[in-house]
Amino acid sequence: MRIIHYFTGFLDIISLMNTPYLRIEEHLDQINIYSMGEWTLYNEPDIHKILQKISPDKPITWDFSEMENFDTSGILLFMIYYEKFKACCKVRVVGYSKEQERMYHLLLKNRVKELVPVQTEGHLYHIGKFVVSGYEEFLKFLDFTGYLFVAFLRYFTHPANIRYKEIIYHIERSGLNALLIISLTSFLVGMVISYQSAVELARFGADIFIVDLAGVSITRELAPLITAIVVAGRSGSAYTAQIGAMKITEEISAMRTMGFDPYYFLVLPRMLALMIAMPLLIFFADILGIMGSMFAASLELNISYTQFLDRLQEVLSVKHFWIGIIKGPFFAILIAMIGCFRGLQVTDDTESIGYQTTASVVNSIFFVIFCDAFFSIILTEWGI
Amino acid sequence: MEKIIEVRDIVTSFGSTIIHDKVNLTVEKNNIYGILGESGSGKTLLMKEMIMLLKPTAGEVWVLGHKLSDIRYQDAQSLRHQWGILFQFGALFTSLTVAENIELQLKEYTSISKKMRDIIVKTKISMVGLPSRAGGLYPSALSGGMIKRAALARALAIDPKLLFLDEPTSGLDPIGARNFDALIVELRELLGITVVMITHDLESIYSIVDRFSVLADKHVVAEGSLENVLQSNHPFVERFFKNNYSEKIKMRVDGNV
Repeated sequence: MRIIHYFTGFLDIISLMNTPYLRIEEHLDQINIYSMGEWTLYNEPDIHKILQKISPDKPITWDFSEMENFDTSGILLFMIYYEKFKACCKVRVVGYSKEQERMYHLLLKNRVKELVPVQTEGHLYHIGKFVVSGYEEFLKFLDFTGYLFVAFLRYFTHPANIRYKEIIYHIERSGLNALLIISLTSFLVGMVISYQSAVELARFGADIFIVDLAGVSITRELAPLITAIVVAGRSGSAYTAQIGAMKITEEISAMRTMGFDPYYFLVLPRMLALMIAMPLLIFFADILGIMGSMFAASLELNISYTQFLDRLQEVLSVKHFWIGIIKGPFFAILIAMIGCFRGLQVTDDTESIGYQTTASVVNSIFFVIFCDAFFSIILTEWGI
Repeated sequence: MEKIIEVRDIVTSFGSTIIHDKVNLTVEKNNIYGILGESGSGKTLLMKEMIMLLKPTAGEVWVLGHKLSDIRYQDAQSLRHQWGILFQFGALFTSLTVAENIELQLKEYTSISKKMRDIIVKTKISMVGLPSRAGGLYPSALSGGMIKRAALARALAIDPKLLFLDEPTSGLDPIGARNFDALIVELRELLGITVVMITHDLESIYSIVDRFSVLADKHVVAEGSLENVLQSNHPFVERFFKNNYSEKIKMRVDGNV
């Protein structure tokens, strides 16, 4: 049959295109398209390119008998060009199998024509959205603060609500386990401060004043700040991620419906734990920071440890130490509140955990420094 | 019959807890193969071992002729292009819309034009019974049943030769579940795919599953066609199939056929 067809058909073929997936014969009065080989996903781009080149002006016979394999994308592709060719010419499809026909009808049934227009947003839209969402976030934070305050007050009227076990657990997690990293950082910062000032002080022959400088700056400013920054990065982010994950898995919804208020069970224990742990951590950072500067002073300026400690006792008034310690609970409140608030803001998708955790750390470090500046101004105004 | 999956003497244990103790099963080409078993019998774990998410403690798994324990990276990747997986809870990427979820593999692994990809995605969305507007939604805005459908559409995106379904009809309404079954049968017949499904749905078992195995007491206690399995007198098989409810469903399904 094939040979005869070739023999008789050969004379009137105007052009012939032969590719692995398609053979297209143009005759005087008709076009023959033969689908061949694998009409599957990975060959679709090649087949598509060839089909694009065809612009028929004669009746078409589309032969499926040489197609070896097909999948939905192959039949879809056929469907698109069948519809396109049908608009201009008569198309006859032959040689298709039962499976191919059924697949065609299955796909035809599910063919969706209308395209949903994609909305594009301009810069103004983004600016507006940023402002509005910022304002909404601020309102939510006020809401959160209000709830938390009421919950905190209820602790005094209903002491049974206090979750001692959780508080102790979080003191261990956020306080005790942070000792190593805090001691390392504050030791290094104390050392660097002394080391850098030593050169300048030595030029004036004011070597011993290193003790005044390091003592005051470490206890009053540096130790609280370093502790707060480490805790914000370490525990603030953990609070956000923990609460955020609980939000996604609907644990928080489950808690609410069982009557367990997340403020009592999640937020307050973390906040109280941090309020207790923070001053202790700052005290610890004070000691390590002064040890660091003692070490640097003895190396660089030959001030012995005894000399350093004697001088420290003379010049460092206890108020500086207390000011540093007092800052602790305030920083703790900020870090815990922001961490928990951000966690509760997590929505249903995983990306928002990342976003909120970043926001939590950035916000809490910023507000810690802001709060520290506020302390500085007030205390200086009061002359302390 | 060509063997698509062979599981040989699989042992799975976590510490002293033994989940599978020498599990054997064979999935043949163009079959719809069911895995049935009690909660905690390790059905999902067994599937995870077939799709290279978990290494069995001992034993061998062959999938499409590859031995999974010492498969090369390239072979593993090509295997991953040939199968589609529907996870129990959908496991859609939450940062992408439904349409983007379905499109992802097409976009990464083929050079199909954007326009054609859109057409394929829209067709798949409609095939699984989702409304076309669902394509633009994020998974967080979908109901449980819609997540299942979207996940099936994603599993079907690259027209896999092998389809793994973890409880495909749970969480669907009964009518939706039957349409789901019908679609799977249709695809099996038209594209010659092989389906491995974990299911508890008696209607699916009676109507579409060709062969299945029953996991209980760390073993496969029965394997084969429905008649073969029903001959077993294992307590789980007795409890699951030989009760009024189960027989009523069987009568209804048989009546329809």
